[in-house]
Amino acid sequence: MAYSEQDKAELAGQAGQIIARYPVSRSALLPLLHLVQSREGYVSNDGIAYCAEQLGLTEADVTAVVSFYTMYKRSPVGEYHVGVCTNTLCAIMGGDAIYAGLRDHLGVDADEPTADGKVSIERIECNAGCDYAPVVMVNWEFYDNMTPDSTRELVDGLRSGDCRAPSRGAERLVNWREAAMILAGFPDDQAATGNTAGGPTLAGLRIAKENGWQPDNGSNDGAQH
Amino acid sequence: MSTVLTPELTAHWDEADSFTLAGYRRAGGYQALPRALAMQPDAVIAAVKESGLRGRGGAGFPTGMKWGFIPQGDNKPHYLVINADESEPGTCKDIPTMLANPHALVEGAVIAAYAIRANKAFIYVRGEVLHVIRRLHHAVAEAYDAGYLGPDILGSGFDLDLVVHAGAGAYECGEETALLDSLEGKRGQPRLKPPFPAIEGLYACPTVVNNVESIASVPAIIKNGAAAFAALGTERSKGFGIFSLSGHVTTPGQYEAPLGVTLRELLSIAGGVRRGHMLKFWTPGGSSTPILTHEHLDTPLDFEGIGAAGSMLGTRALQIFDETTCVVRAVLRWMQFYKHESCGKCTPCREGTYWTVQVLDSLENGQGSAADLDKLLDICDNILGRSFCPFGDGAISPIVSSIKYFRDEYIEHVKRGACPFDPAAATTFSESWRSR
Repeated sequence: MAYSEQDKAELAGQAGQIIARYPVSRSALLPLLHLVQSREGYVSNDGIAYCAEQLGLTEADVTAVVSFYTMYKRSPVGEYHVGVCTNTLCAIMGGDAIYAGLRDHLGVDADEPTADGKVSIERIECNAGCDYAPVVMVNWEFYDNMTPDSTRELVDGLRSGDCRAPSRGAERLVNWREAAMILAGFPDDQAATGNTAGGPTLAGLRIAKENGWQPDNGSNDGAQH
Repeated sequence: MSTVLTPELTAHWDEADSFTLAGYRRAGGYQALPRALAMQPDAVIAAVKESGLRGRGGAGFPTGMKWGFIPQGDNKPHYLVINADESEPGTCKDIPTMLANPHALVEGAVIAAYAIRANKAFIYVRGEVLHVIRRLHHAVAEAYDAGYLGPDILGSGFDLDLVVHAGAGAYECGEETALLDSLEGKRGQPRLKPPFPAIEGLYACPTVVNNVESIASVPAIIKNGAAAFAALGTERSKGFGIFSLSGHVTTPGQYEAPLGVTLRELLSIAGGVRRGHMLKFWTPGGSSTPILTHEHLDTPLDFEGIGAAGSMLGTRALQIFDETTCVVRAVLRWMQFYKHESCGKCTPCREGTYWTVQVLDSLENGQGSAADLDKLLDICDNILGRSFCPFGDGAISPIVSSIKYFRDEYIEHVKRGACPFDPAAATTFSESWRSR
């Protein structure tokens, strides 16, 4: 069933803001898809029709874009979508064991929510947290230096309502739909919360300070002008 | 020990509010911007050229030269697009930069846009990093409030609108023309070059696409002078850069150093390979750069040194693997990644990556034959130089380089009819790691 007039009225303000960001309206497609994913939890045929209508595209145009990008889901996933990095480095450091353990523990396959709708899992590619390997993401927040045991505890907590805060992320873990709203360009008020830099991020800086190393800048200040 | 590390971009990351406008200003932030706005745009381009800054996203193209390619007086809108789609396996420098110091990127973006006469800029950030996206929005909003973005910036008459745009999961969008197609709301597939983005980029208008670290390096160049930047590094690889150590190393993390530092130097200050183990192979700049071995510990980590060693500096993503790692398994997984992420536009890459996975999978599981190595190299020959974009050339790097250095290990899989390695021994929760 297509979006009702009421649905459209509710989305109109946000969709309009998204489209206004761009000199050419089609650039709004990716954020609009995040927006409809936020509304329904996945990109439905109705969501595709809505985006097409907003931008003057065909549904085929929009569907072709949706299928290219792995973050758009065409069926519902869990309230907490857990991505385990199994690219080479994380896999070798333990990601393969984490994913296998999680799949057995939950009894679900990729992108398939648990019966309570709380959790789904996915193998993800490198998420740029290699110095914290093995990395697990929940709704695209970082959980660093994970093990099979700590990951099992994490998802058990997610299912029972005890949501551990990310290692480097917002204080309050948002759910899947809230995350999609941030991706659409409507951030929540948590930017200033959470950890700014973990140990590995600061490793070089710490060692440089211990040794009194710093770049030599002062004497050349503005010299070329 | 002489100075190994030179924290500049990373210098204030340990302050709790480093990501805020107040924290960045306290660290000397936004001092470069008024200086740049007082210069002629061409003088800003000249300063960046003079600094010797080369693109920090992997390819190493001179940044100032890229800016200089933008035609002027053409009556077309110009665009600056920042490539924050950090996805190359092993690369993990831009994400911490944007988490801890997004204002360096914003300040650099304003300076770069001023230089190329762009009034609209985009930060294309990969979608899978929610808190980074929050921090970017936060920094951009603070910069608007402070008059560093928007109309008539600092009374200069220069206007800039900066939009944070989240991607949706596709490695190929790190390739600059694929990124532009994606930013235009399409599938992220590469474009034929020429025309290059400087002539026909976003919306077929002159466009500069620069990596996060390249742009974030610009304020320091303007503030401290091009000469100070150029004084660091080596003859043709100037300045500082962030080196990311990961894997089987005692202290993984971000190490900012002049280009030309060696892996031996970096490992020595990072506590070496994990205790009781030895270096087996490493990547200098992500999985698309051919692997190297202990023979290359003293090779300068600059564009020329690593190039002469048969690899590429890439993104300085130093993934360290010790002797517990099966190289065939590592390469198989990288190829599964390339197969998954191939955009499908061209046949050599789409089909070639698929077939390498089939062959490597049988080898890793002991079902392969010695002839499979020739087959792999033959497939690689049909990808290299025949793909539409650099993805294909990068994808074959792990295969060709691993067969070069570890042919015997492939053959050992064939002889045994099984993988000789215990994957548990390589994990962070193995006994040998826990006892460190």
